[in-house]
Amino acid sequence: MGATLAQKVWDDHVVRRAAGEPDLLYIDLHLLHEVTSPQAFEGLRMSGRALRRPDLTIATEDHNVPTTDLDQPIADPVSRTQVETLRVNCEEFGVRLHSMGDVEQGIVHVIGPQLGLTQPGMTVVCGDSHTSTHGAFGALAFGIGTSEVEHVMATQTLPLKPFKTMAVTVNGLLRPGVTSKDVILAVISTIGTGGGQGYVLEYRGEAIEAMSMEARMTICNMSIEAGARAGMIAPDQTTFDYLRGRPHAPTGQQWDEAVAYWRTLATDADAVFDREVVLDADNIAPFVTWGTNPGQGLPLSGSVPDPAQFDDASERTAAQRALEYMGLTPGTPLREIAVDTVFLGSCTNGRIEDLRSAAEVIRGRSVADGVRLLVVPGSARVRLKAEAEGLHEVFLQAGAEWRGAGCSMCLGMNPDQLSPGERSASTSNRNFEGRQGRGGRTHLVSPLVAAATAVTGHLASADDLDPIPSDALLGA
Amino acid sequence: MQPITVHVGRAAALRRSNVDTDQIVPAVYLKRVTRTGFADGCFAAWRSDPDFVLNRPEHQGVSILVAGPDFGTGSSREHAVWALQDYGFAVVVSSRFADIFRGNAGKAGLLAAQVEQAFVDVLWDLLDEHPDYEVEVDLAQRTVSVPQAGVVADFDIDDYTRWRLMEGLDDIGLTMRHTDAIDRFEQQRPAFLPSTTPRLAEDSAAQ
Repeated sequence: MGATLAQKVWDDHVVRRAAGEPDLLYIDLHLLHEVTSPQAFEGLRMSGRALRRPDLTIATEDHNVPTTDLDQPIADPVSRTQVETLRVNCEEFGVRLHSMGDVEQGIVHVIGPQLGLTQPGMTVVCGDSHTSTHGAFGALAFGIGTSEVEHVMATQTLPLKPFKTMAVTVNGLLRPGVTSKDVILAVISTIGTGGGQGYVLEYRGEAIEAMSMEARMTICNMSIEAGARAGMIAPDQTTFDYLRGRPHAPTGQQWDEAVAYWRTLATDADAVFDREVVLDADNIAPFVTWGTNPGQGLPLSGSVPDPAQFDDASERTAAQRALEYMGLTPGTPLREIAVDTVFLGSCTNGRIEDLRSAAEVIRGRSVADGVRLLVVPGSARVRLKAEAEGLHEVFLQAGAEWRGAGCSMCLGMNPDQLSPGERSASTSNRNFEGRQGRGGRTHLVSPLVAAATAVTGHLASADDLDPIPSDALLGA
Repeated sequence: MQPITVHVGRAAALRRSNVDTDQIVPAVYLKRVTRTGFADGCFAAWRSDPDFVLNRPEHQGVSILVAGPDFGTGSSREHAVWALQDYGFAVVVSSRFADIFRGNAGKAGLLAAQVEQAFVDVLWDLLDEHPDYEVEVDLAQRTVSVPQAGVVADFDIDDYTRWRLMEGLDDIGLTMRHTDAIDRFEQQRPAFLPSTTPRLAEDSAAQ
């Protein structure tokens, strides 16, 4: 019997296997940020241990960093202490760090791929659940807690119980206006927030093969929202083309050796998955969430559901609670939900293609009165690239705020937060209660829906927008 | 880490599913650089509601939390485990735990005991009616029981985590016994794999 992509990568990283014990897996790349690392560094220090492989470790500042006044010290003293602690720790343990103001700074899951550090067949970990993003390259990438961060620092390995494998096949091609974000929201609403638990998901099928690397990253990024530890996509020519020439991609003969190895990683034809889920791309429409977990979503054409319609008692209670928190009434068409804020950014949708696609919708139009559109590039490089393409002007002319790179309003650890009762359409990954600020209400959407929503002031797709007057286009 | 064999304490019924880590400890409380001091952040938003289960006088001093399915979903923050521990919890009972949370709990010494939802329902009703009843969690026997009510159920936990918790063992120390195997593995890693450091030197040389 053949092996799946996930099994192949796993097997190639087993340092030690013993009956009754977890496998000891080697870690090829360890990403660090300021929030989940300080206690791990402190643990190393207290036990007198070294950081085994600084050359396989890289750090950035992303969760806490303000997205305005980048040249100023961080105003919040507690955030500042955490960021300064990372700087001191990286200096002491010899870890490469990209600080605020550095051209390579950005969200940890945006900079890894951007630098070419994330490659097929690797094991990648980070004290952040969205590490699953890197699975888009055919890497086995997953989030870990701080104790595990310390474990990787000290040993460059992790003891792990094998995952089960689930194939998520998307047949056919996506319709125009439907993005990879809509696909993953549809997947999560299909299998539920616990459906992927214990599994590595492998996304496959024609729709996935046709996607760019950035679109694939969006899908893998939210695997954790289905409860899965990781999501993966087999590396192919799209992957190789993305990687070639990046700062840390192999070159010369090593490139050829690497590609030859990468080509062996795809799931064998006779491999068996523990579970299979099939979606038809043609049935996937722009998707938005109405509740307080990412599985509580529906096509934009739908209406707020009636909790009484849920058969499962715990889902019914969860839906009731969610509607109460979200301030929504059953039966309200989703398109009639008005928002105060639109957030375009995050490790899910803060890459250049996301900004480009949103800018295309915004170009020549204006952000609706009373709505704030916050555009936060995923990295300093993404920001520079967008500015080189003039995208920032499109956003600024429409009345949006153009910010510096970081996690920003995805989790509101910096000053970018919702106020109590405020409602957002957000391209981020979690609509949990209070995620974007205490009392804030979040609807997860794609960059296209985010842009259209900013223009109309209520949840909308680009198809809902009035045609742009020709003089506005000329003016732009 | 302190070894755990049996824990006995009063418990609170958290009648919710999908208790995500942003509820257990909101992001604004994650800015500390120490492993302790997260008690204030534990369920911070919900605790502002006077009717929240942990605010009730009869539930002061509880050390066991009994929650619905998909407890600990969301972010990888181990702070969620630390916050529960700082608040005073030694055990969380749920019908399903998110993977990362379960792993973090095992590393930090919080016992995550998985039982059937039907038994969670039994405990919820029992605890609401008799908040003074003590719950006994026996890691050696893998049972959760309420002796005063005569109910008992087995719970799931993997053998390795159970052994480590009962012995109070440090994972890193265990792995470091196999440093030779790690050394050997490193010697046969392909040369094309990336390194984070050399390019930095090249970059600065180029500037």
